[in-house]
Amino acid sequence: MNELTGLTASELVRLIKGKRASCVEVAQATLDWIAKTDKSFHSFLSVAENEVREQARRVDQSVARNEDPGMLAGVPIAIKDNMLVKGWPTTCSSKILSQYTATYDATVVSHLRSEGAILLGRTNMDEFAMGSSTENSALGPTRNPWNAECIPGGSSGGSAAAVAARMATLAIGSDTGGSIRQPASLCGVLGMKPTYGRVSRFGLVAFASSLDQIGPFARSAEDCALLLKVLSGHDPKDSTSMNVDVPDFTAGLQGDIQGLRIGLPKECFSDGLHSEVKSALEAACKELERLGAKLIEISLPHSSFALAVYYILAPCEASSNLARFDGVRYGLRSAEAGTLVEMYERSRDEGFGPEVKRRIMLGTYALSSGYYDAYYTKAQKVRTLIKQDFAKAFENVDAILTPTAPTPAFKIGEKTDDPLQMYLSDVFTIPCNLAGLPGVSIPCGFSSGKLPIGLQLLGRPFEESVLLKIAHHYLTAAPWHKAAPPFCAEAN
Amino acid sequence: MPITKKDVEHVAKLARLALSEEEKDTFTRQLEKILTHIDQLNKLDTQGVEPTAHPLDVKNVWREDVCIPWEKADEILEGAPEREERYFKVKKILE
Repeated sequence: MNELTGLTASELVRLIKGKRASCVEVAQATLDWIAKTDKSFHSFLSVAENEVREQARRVDQSVARNEDPGMLAGVPIAIKDNMLVKGWPTTCSSKILSQYTATYDATVVSHLRSEGAILLGRTNMDEFAMGSSTENSALGPTRNPWNAECIPGGSSGGSAAAVAARMATLAIGSDTGGSIRQPASLCGVLGMKPTYGRVSRFGLVAFASSLDQIGPFARSAEDCALLLKVLSGHDPKDSTSMNVDVPDFTAGLQGDIQGLRIGLPKECFSDGLHSEVKSALEAACKELERLGAKLIEISLPHSSFALAVYYILAPCEASSNLARFDGVRYGLRSAEAGTLVEMYERSRDEGFGPEVKRRIMLGTYALSSGYYDAYYTKAQKVRTLIKQDFAKAFENVDAILTPTAPTPAFKIGEKTDDPLQMYLSDVFTIPCNLAGLPGVSIPCGFSSGKLPIGLQLLGRPFEESVLLKIAHHYLTAAPWHKAAPPFCAEAN
Repeated sequence: MPITKKDVEHVAKLARLALSEEEKDTFTRQLEKILTHIDQLNKLDTQGVEPTAHPLDVKNVWREDVCIPWEKADEILEGAPEREERYFKVKKILE
């Protein structure tokens, strides 16, 4: 590992703007490290080598001319393969989109370009972001940089692994029920799902439109704040992006957390919780108390119903969103079909993998005549109760702390035969999406098997700053985020 | 509520998925298991609770209806499995 690839984005930007490192040098070090190591992990589906060098040269020229090269000048960033980058394939790790090339940039990608970030390549994911292990990729699984026999989490497993393995300084992912936070936790990095409406979804391939949100992966709270600032903002092209002020998240890291009230939902700390996850969280709580935070036990009485609500609402929205893949305008068209309907049916059967079909079936069933009220309306009503639980809790606390994932990373293949067991991986992350709140996962320790453990902080809508401030203070006192996977040292 | 293979066939037709016999059997079993888990929602009394369709309390978002020129039809058509001139080509719709 080159020392440049181990730096944070904030450190890199200082070096590049101060002309103490060239952007081309950083980019080349990153490309070399990817070439050397990604064959073991399969984080990337493709790396845009020539474009990377070209982008890096442009940033160097701009620095040389003393222009402002942008907030992310020269920072290598990986893009989950469900966000459009003009001229790149966008496949959502699905066979049905294997031949698709993006014709425009997602809004987040335009923001990254204008701030001087270096777009490295596309990262692996569960097909259409449906999964918790990246094993549902039609292009093969990604492996966890801390232990290649384990999954990296999902669905944004490629992005999480790339950042953990120092192959990317930053990455972006999407989070519908935990797809940023859960892999961040399992790979020992930070991952944030911003408040619903904070970041434009224009150019993100839709999975469940009332839940999806794009967010950052990073190796420090400063970097998370920096990237969130770049991604955020109202976009006329996404009518659900909110026209609210975007604070300076970096400035928000300062000040202390003295007297800040952090709620611990008793439902999340039951006896059933994995013992090593529990002890890591208990130690983190002690540290936060030492830093001046006040810990308060709270209750989210409907949280145990969140998983059931999610597995109605998300598949319903997905079955509708994925109706567009019909073999007409883009994507795979079956060669086997005689009639138009056969063309639809066979293209979709050949193009979608098992988990995507399962969710389309589940959603179509729940929305079908006779079941709509029993499932869809019922789930929407319980969604209201879950949202109300949070509103009530936030009258007395400033943030809520829970585990991110119920266990450290599990073995590849361990849960692929039992969809319900796999779904339970997201039990702590789902309520946040249903309520539209911001949530961040930060590293807080390791299991006896040397696998990362993460904790999750949830906040009031549009109060990402509070979460980032807590994360920053905690990690300054307990710098778990600085640990690199052992292979990094061995590979030198 | 038990799910039958017939239900799965009906839903597959609605979803436009030509499932194999094996997939139909697997999905019958798996959907049954998932829906049994979901049935716990019936334990909750939700009478009088308003459904939430969306996390934000936003209503219609209005803007001026202005025409923006767009000249990229060819780029879009490039992605189509079959095209003819400036059209997407499909199988015969009318018998």
